[in-house]
Amino acid sequence: MAVEQYLATGPGDQTRIHDIGYRTYDGPRLGRAYARRSLYSQSLRGAYGLGRSVKSKVLPMLLFVVMCVPAAIMVAVAVATKAKDLPVDYTRYAIIMQAVISLYVASQAPQSVSRDLRFKTVPLYFSRPIETADYVRAKFAALASAMFLLTGAPLVVLYVGALLAKLDFADQTKGFAQGLVSVALLSLLFAGIGLVIASVTPRRGFGIAAVIAVLTISYGAVSVVQAIAYEQDSTGAIAWLGLFSPVTLIDGVQSAFLGAHSAFPGGQAPSDGQGAVYVLVVLGLIAAAYGLLLRRYKKVGL
Amino acid sequence: MYDPTVARLTYRALLGRRRALILGALPLLLVVIAVAVRGLTGADDQTAVNVLGGFALATMVPIIGVIAGTGAIGPEIDDGSVVYLLSKPVKRPTIIFTKLIVAIGVTMAFSAVPTLIAGLILNGNGQQIAVAYTVAALVASIAYAALFLLLGTVSRHAVVFGLVYALVWEALFGSLVAGARTLSVQQWSLAVAHKVAGGDLVTSDVGLTTATVLLVAVTVLATWYAGQRLRSLTLAGEE
Repeated sequence: MAVEQYLATGPGDQTRIHDIGYRTYDGPRLGRAYARRSLYSQSLRGAYGLGRSVKSKVLPMLLFVVMCVPAAIMVAVAVATKAKDLPVDYTRYAIIMQAVISLYVASQAPQSVSRDLRFKTVPLYFSRPIETADYVRAKFAALASAMFLLTGAPLVVLYVGALLAKLDFADQTKGFAQGLVSVALLSLLFAGIGLVIASVTPRRGFGIAAVIAVLTISYGAVSVVQAIAYEQDSTGAIAWLGLFSPVTLIDGVQSAFLGAHSAFPGGQAPSDGQGAVYVLVVLGLIAAAYGLLLRRYKKVGL
Repeated sequence: MYDPTVARLTYRALLGRRRALILGALPLLLVVIAVAVRGLTGADDQTAVNVLGGFALATMVPIIGVIAGTGAIGPEIDDGSVVYLLSKPVKRPTIIFTKLIVAIGVTMAFSAVPTLIAGLILNGNGQQIAVAYTVAALVASIAYAALFLLLGTVSRHAVVFGLVYALVWEALFGSLVAGARTLSVQQWSLAVAHKVAGGDLVTSDVGLTTATVLLVAVTVLATWYAGQRLRSLTLAGEE
């Protein structure tokens, strides 16, 4: 009670702020676009551990190498044996290496956003001239670019190797372009899913497990049910089942429109109509991820 | 060897707030799949083995083991609050043992129980398949919890390494290289399941004796070494 009285009758009208002669800042103001660009480039570097400790470089670099080595081996084999074609399609490569891609997005998405939440640095970002949308766009774009580097680099290795092995130029370029479109979609989709899940939890370990669970469990579940549907000769259901996991979504889109051979049981590619649904679902999921992230950061830590 | 307060704190760290709901999503998915498959194909032993072996034991049990095992100690070490626990007059092997018991309990509750339910839905425990896989899940829970608890004390990236072991080593290398299968918790627990089911539906690459010895050895060694790690734990800064 005594304390309250003291506060209430404090020296109210005698306080004033003295001007003690600090100079104001009159240099150039770099503005919102610059802050957004910086956040993008720092997040992209961070996704490969650049500018961070040696320990945090190990995992992303290791996964990057693991992604590229099989491509290099395939190219070496193709050149040495003078094969007529690469052993693996450009579009198929990411589907085969999906475990590595999932691990990468699971380890790097929480790295990108969870730490900001845990150490309560998000309000510091927003004290700069950036808006919610800028933060979300920069983080989304950075992770998607990092994923595109991860998934695109082995395709470049394959393409260069194919040209060195003097395979048909037009054919290889077409396949390479189709592969790039497919991995671009995959990068956007995986980055969106990973960021949405990671932005919910401030704990990094839990974020990693949640992302990997969503990506691999859904794939495992869909594959098991697809295999059973195939055994039961209900082949019509296989394509529709593929809509329920990210990997099979990408697989369906590229086998419908990008000339890939489907990895579904029995090679059951979706028809054009189903393919259109696949594309709509993929684009819808990417947009939904962006919308959810915007909503998530509307009032975070503020 | 068992400290109720430590156990209570660990339970709260693992299941508090909304985490129990997230952990419960996986078992729920298994049961939903079981219902869907039963509706699609009717009761069939081979299908039950495919779903329980391919999805429940190969994917769900390891992932729940990773979450519970590393989650029992990892976050505390990560944010440094483990020093408040370590500064209490509780032996560090006791802390590890208590956390192990809790991690095993959580893994069993969220993996073995739904496996049994899914098995009953799929073929009504025909040829003991549901019980066999439930026993396998129980046994695997113990080994996974001990293994991933150790990982939690060894590395700050325990979850990633745990997932690499569970998904890349057991699933990928296990299907490519036969030798990798001998060193896999999944195969050891399948050996126990094979003994329970008896028939040819549930098979394993390792014998029962080898499997039992390896299971016990891994569990005991991992727990002992985790206790040692905690005794000499140094807290590092953020990366």
